This record gives sequence, C-alpha cells and structure tokens, in this order.
Amino acid sequence: MTPGDKYVLRLYVTGLTPRSTRAIQAVRAVCEEFLAGQYDLEIIDVYQQPARITEDQIVAIPTLVKSRPAPERLLIGDMSDRQRLLYGLGLALAVVSSAAP
Amino acid sequence: MTKNKRDWNEIGKAPTGIPGLDDITYGGLPAGRPTLVSGGPGSGKTLLGVSFLVEGAQRFNEPGVLLSFEENADELAQDVRSLGYDLHKLCEEKKLLVDYIHVDRSEIEETGEYDLEGLFVRLEHAINEIGAKRVMLDTIETLFGGLKDTGILRAELRRLFRWLRDRKMTTVVTAERGENQFTRQGLEEYISDAVISLDHRVHEQISTRRIRVVKYRGSTHGTNEYPFLINRDGITVLPVTSLLLEHDASSERVSTGLPALDDMLAGRGYYRASTILMSGSAGTGKTTLSAHFVDAACARGEKCMYFLFEESPQQMIRNMKSAGIDLKRWVDKGLLTFHADRPNRHGLETHLLEMHHAVEMNDPDVVVVDPITNLMAVGTQTDVRSMLTRVIDFLKTRGVTALFTSLTSSSATLEHTEAMISSLMDTWVLVAFDTVEAQRTRHLFVLKSRGMPHSDTVVPFKITSQGFTLLPVPARSVRSKSRGPQTARRPK
Repeated sequence: MTPGDKYVLRLYVTGLTPRSTRAIQAVRAVCEEFLAGQYDLEIIDVYQQPARITEDQIVAIPTLVKSRPAPERLLIGDMSDRQRLLYGLGLALAVVSSAAP
Repeated sequence: MTKNKRDWNEIGKAPTGIPGLDDITYGGLPAGRPTLVSGGPGSGKTLLGVSFLVEGAQRFNEPGVLLSFEENADELAQDVRSLGYDLHKLCEEKKLLVDYIHVDRSEIEETGEYDLEGLFVRLEHAINEIGAKRVMLDTIETLFGGLKDTGILRAELRRLFRWLRDRKMTTVVTAERGENQFTRQGLEEYISDAVISLDHRVHEQISTRRIRVVKYRGSTHGTNEYPFLINRDGITVLPVTSLLLEHDASSERVSTGLPALDDMLAGRGYYRASTILMSGSAGTGKTTLSAHFVDAACARGEKCMYFLFEESPQQMIRNMKSAGIDLKRWVDKGLLTFHADRPNRHGLETHLLEMHHAVEMNDPDVVVVDPITNLMAVGTQTDVRSMLTRVIDFLKTRGVTALFTSLTSSSATLEHTEAMISSLMDTWVLVAFDTVEAQRTRHLFVLKSRGMPHSDTVVPFKITSQGFTLLPVPARSVRSKSRGPQTARRPK
C-alpha cells in the first residue's frame, strides 16, 4: 500500500462522555485490526477546539470523517454497530444485519 | 392578573428594520426568543431572515449568525445582492457570520447513538466569534432529510431552541410549510413565542405575496394578512404606515381652483391634507376639475403629483390646454410631476408601493389619482379598500391633500359603486349631466364635506375654452337628495 492510500480519519468527540469514549475505543480497535500502520486518526475534542468544527460538516457527535480514501464519508454515532462502521470505512462490502461471528 | 400585566409590558422587541413588519408586530420580533417563519417554496422566508440579520447588523448594532443548511455563503450573497445587501462586506466587518452545513444522507452512515452537540458547538463558536445577538437557522428541517433518527432530532431541536432562549438570541427559524401545519415536522410545537406565515398567491394572473403574524406570545399584533413586496429596496410590508388613526387634522384650507366651488365649500375650499373624491360618469369633467385644482396649487408654488391611469401625460396636457389650463408650464417649472401607468401592469400592492416611492421622492403637497376606479379593476373589493386605506393614511400622515377621481358607469349606480370608498373620503363632489330638450347640461354638487358647512345646491356649469364656468343657479334651485341634516346647512 502506497502512502497515498493511507486512511485519513478525523473523529469529533465531546470530552470524555461515555458515548465519545465508546466511539474512540471502537474506531481505534477497528483501525488496529484492519489498517495497522496505514492510517492517520486524529481525535478532535470540539469542547477544547471549537474552531475546528467548521472544517467538516459536523452536526452530530460523535462523527468520524473518512477523508481519504475517496469518497468522503461521515460516520455518526458511538460506533457500536461494528458492521456499519466497517461498511462506512469501506472495509466491508455490505452491512450484515445480524451480528457476525 | 397583575403579574400577567407586567409580563405583557416586559416583552422586549428586536426591530427587524423591515418597513411595515415592525408596525404590524408593534416593534419587531420577540427579543431573545425564537420566531418561526413558515412558508412555501419561493415565499421569501430566506430573504426575510437575511433582511432581519443585515438590518440588525447595520442599523441596530446587533451582529448575526446565519446557520444555513441550504445555500453556502456565496450563493446567499448572490441571492440578496439584488436587494442591495453586501454579505461579504458584513462578514469582513465581523457583523455577520455565515456558516454553511451540508447534510446529505447518502454520505452519512449511522453507527449508533449520537446527539447534535456538534450543532451547538458550532453555533456557540460562531456566536462568540462576532458577539452575535441574532441568529437565523435556514432551514433546520433539512436535518430531517439527512439524519434517520427523528426521535433524537426532535429531542435535540427542542433542546436547541431552549438553549437559544437561554442565550437570549433573537432567532429566526425558517421552515417549509407542511400539510395542515406550519412546518413539515411540526416545529411550531417547540417554537411557541412567535409564528409568522408567508404566502405567495396568484389571483387573476397577478401574484401577491402576503404575510401574517399567526401568533405572538405576550404581545399584540396585527392579525390580518398583509401584502408584502420584494424589490430592489428589499422587503416592504404594507401597511408602511401605522395601523392607527392618528394623523393631524389641519384646519388650513386650500382652494379648489374655482372660486365658485370654493364658495360652495363654506367659501374657502378643501381642508389641507384631506381626501377628496370627484365622481361622475364619463365626460362630465372630473379631470378638468382636477386640473383646476392642480393649476391653483402650482400657482401657489405647491408641488403636485398627478397619477394617471387612463391617459398619457402628453394627452392630458393637450386636453387641458383646450380647456384653458396650461399645465405644461408647471411641469417645466418642476412643480407638477406626472406618473402614468397602466392599471393592469401590476398588482395593487405594486401600484401602492410605486405611489409611495413617487410621493417619497417628490414630496408633493397635492396628489391626484385619476381615476381611482381603474385601479379597482385589478383587485377584489376588499383589496382595493384596504389599499386605499393605506394610501390615504400615508398621504394624510404626510399632510398631502389628495384628490381621487372616480368614474361611474351610469347615474343609476352613481352612489352605490363608491359606497366602499366614500367613507374614506372627507369631501365628495359629484359631477353629472342631464339631457333636457336635446341639450346636455352639466351640473355639480357637494355630496359631503366633513367639518364644514357646505352648499347643497346643484350648480350647473359649462366647460369652455376657459375651463369650468359655474353658472348661476336657476331660480327654482334644486336640492341635493340623500343627505340628512348636514345638507340643510348652507354657506353664508
């Protein structure tokens, strides 16, 4: 994988709320499992850095922005739906509704 | 009870700066609270909101944040440039902040629980950045198209409006009208302070925009539907003038232009800043009589505006010349201005606004509308009446003496057709003719004239190359019909 194919991810959270904490853990776990060494994940606490929120189309928190590879996608929620998280990141071809083993 | 009364007085108003809207809301939108502006596509919601922000920033020193879900800053700037608003400049001066949020469901994957804290942080950041006092959300319901979980959305929007109230932001929330409700998602449930509804209707091919204050908690407001216009000057809601009858009454008198007619009006003519109706069937000499009035006013050095809905100014000047009235000299001196227009070229409201404009630009002492009946053809009776009320109100407030001619189709309906407008008129002069022995004889009489003893004599007259000539009343004088005690009074 060339450096250009690296995943560029930004995760917007609000401090250490349970929802935000769950989202951070879930995203980190997936990245380590599937993209080890091939991703940049930036975690932005909008309470600490409110100005940065305008860089992306953020209304919901938590939101994970997959900026690269294209197409850009927004994943919102606490990332507890692992299938949708994988699908949204382009790491799964379809969302399997029942929990996969 | 006492508490209620205090609340009533305590409600602060944030002026919108939109002419007319601040009149019907008695001062503006509820300060520090959200107002819902609802309407169909193209009804002017966004323009109203942007005007509220721009006027706030420019005139009331209240910077504003525009959170847009539909158009970006450049598109918005383009939209309102034709109204004379320069959004970019205001943004540079930190009086306005436009934040565009694009929410597209196809780009969004929902992976679990979330809230809209991002929206709050964004808004808070924008408000702090410029010290905003006003906020506009355009159109927040777009979020329903982008996010699936309407339960979360509703709860969060409720929280958002409460938050805006806590922050004392005067907020305009625009929303598309839904079926049987003001908004598609029932936002009116959450915004209970004030609701304004906009409407765009076409009646007999003439389109009219209307605005209505549906609800205004803790304040009186005009409850009617008011026409409004969007043109190069932005939004104007009619009435442009106040809803109250409070103009001064002048006791100064102005000549009718005919000493003999002055005599019939207690010897001194019309009251200044009063309204005069001149009615009669075709060819009775209404226009000539108006021209006499204008001629006399110009001779006193007063400025006149003549609104023509039937003839061109050139035709009018030529015709009056044949009756010995030289209007051209007043035009050349700049004392007389003609304003000719086809009645059916616009809706009534546009006519009204153009008249407003012309009167404001020229600041005349005398205004003639000839004939007012042609304007009546382009609107319904109620429309015409309400428009006339506004015109008259406006003219009276400015101290303008206004003369309206009215064309009646036949003498049988003479008094009937004008019933709707006659109450708005202070003086009513009727011109008519009789056919006696193959000879038409013209005559005029004063049907009413408020606040003065007037003649009740029917006076015959002729129009010659010297204009109107009132003839001596025949020995067996004819009394005017239909008037009560007032007609019994006679001039000295």
